Amino acid sequence: MSNELTLSREDIVRLCERVEGAQRRAYAIPKLTDEYPAMTVADGYAVQAELRRRYLAQGHKLVGWKAGLTSKAKMQQMGVNVPSIGFLTDRMARPENSAVKTSDMVHPRVECEVAFVTRKTLKGPGCTRQDVLDATDYVLPAIEIIDSRFSGFKFDLPSVIADNGSSARYVGGGRARYPGDVDLRTLGVVLEKNGEMVAMGASAAVLGHPADAIALLVDILAEQGEELPAGSFVMSGGITEAIAVKPGDSVVARFQELGSVSVRFVE
Amino acid sequence: MDDSKIKRYGDELYEAWLARRTVPPLLEREPDITIEDAYKIQSRMMERRIQAGETVVGKKIGVTSKPVQDFLGVFQPDFGVLTSGMVYREGETIDLGKLIQPKAEAELAFVLKEDLVGPGITAMDVIRATDYVAPCFEIVDSRITDWKIKIQDTVADNASCGVYVIGETRGDPRKLDITLAGMVLEKNGELHSTGVGAAVQGSPANAVAWLANTLGSLGIPFRAGEVILSGSQSALVPVVDGDELVCTVGGLGSCRVKFAGRSAV
Repeated sequence: MSNELTLSREDIVRLCERVEGAQRRAYAIPKLTDEYPAMTVADGYAVQAELRRRYLAQGHKLVGWKAGLTSKAKMQQMGVNVPSIGFLTDRMARPENSAVKTSDMVHPRVECEVAFVTRKTLKGPGCTRQDVLDATDYVLPAIEIIDSRFSGFKFDLPSVIADNGSSARYVGGGRARYPGDVDLRTLGVVLEKNGEMVAMGASAAVLGHPADAIALLVDILAEQGEELPAGSFVMSGGITEAIAVKPGDSVVARFQELGSVSVRFVE
Repeated sequence: MDDSKIKRYGDELYEAWLARRTVPPLLEREPDITIEDAYKIQSRMMERRIQAGETVVGKKIGVTSKPVQDFLGVFQPDFGVLTSGMVYREGETIDLGKLIQPKAEAELAFVLKEDLVGPGITAMDVIRATDYVAPCFEIVDSRITDWKIKIQDTVADNASCGVYVIGETRGDPRKLDITLAGMVLEKNGELHSTGVGAAVQGSPANAVAWLANTLGSLGIPFRAGEVILSGSQSALVPVVDGDELVCTVGGLGSCRVKFAGRSAV
């Protein structure tokens, strides 16, 4: 797949408005490549950057980033060998143990992730696991609520990047830890829905080590001429498969060494 | 099932194990076998191995995860007997030539310092009675053709036990979160799959408590010093000559195992 920018400025704005409408009013749209079959990853990031510019212009605050498609299975499924990234704003944050509305999402799913909070600027290219660990203030457990705006959660890489990596909501919580105090590679995780275990795994499922996912994220930012500022909140990617949720569901993610994060869903 | 048939099937499985060959599923030939019959067949099969010179060193628990229970249509685990001939030390290469159709699984092993005699045993008793836990590999194997097992077939065939290796790293279950400890399995230097203790009956300690209660009800002794393989926390990994596997339990450590030779199938 070529990674040249193929869309005109007009097309980028048009697609951005289409994605923004679907995000704001919670409806599903066909994947963007149906209309623009030649769309590339670079085009996807151009639409995402326009989306970010618009949200920030409306007063949303950029809080950090997320890595997506970080498991081997998901990357093979999408035919890619790098993860994708998306931005996170204050408007997407929900407190631990709160009730999250589903009526303003299309078809939400939950994943459990190890999140990082940084205390130093991280800059690519060539960012390493050690660079990430050195720049990390603390790690914490998080639940990401993803919501593809594409019908049936069916998309390709350029489309999902334009849709900000399916980012919708996120809940950080649990127990903050220094990264040096835990083995970030072998943390066990159990995701429970309504008291039943529905997904489980260990943190190595994220590219072998969650800090490697952050390093790749920093390199992708560098390709866009950006860096990751100190104080960023960064989610490293789903350890488990994503689980669909509906009103009435209650979800708890239990992490070895990091405590647990819970959230429930209402109409 | 009458005693003569139990003896015949137990002997058949023992001889299949001895000759490294498979037999057709028992349930296809005897559709009315109960799980109780199957344990009696297992008991006969293992009696033959003990008569031939092996000693009992522990127990294995199988069918502990929900996907496997769903696949076999059962709602509880099963168990088999571990004998002295199944033991490999960490660092020794496992000889596939002695196995039929092996697959590896990563588990947490328990070693008891007190007898655990059910009924009435809970997970809290298990922690109290545990000397140490260790990462381990069980190499499961089936004497049933093409692994075409139903629950009665695997129970009769000593819960499909092959051989096992316990890692040299030891942990205290009072210092380790055995429920949420992650399990990372690597094959030939690459990440293969991950899991967590809770995949085994909600916690490996629950599986061991189930075993103590089940053995108690059957009058089978469960003694201090016995090794218990508590159930798979990983995917099943087929292994061939030259393969190397490493499993790492979060907060505990690793177990490494190498394979050489050719299995029968």
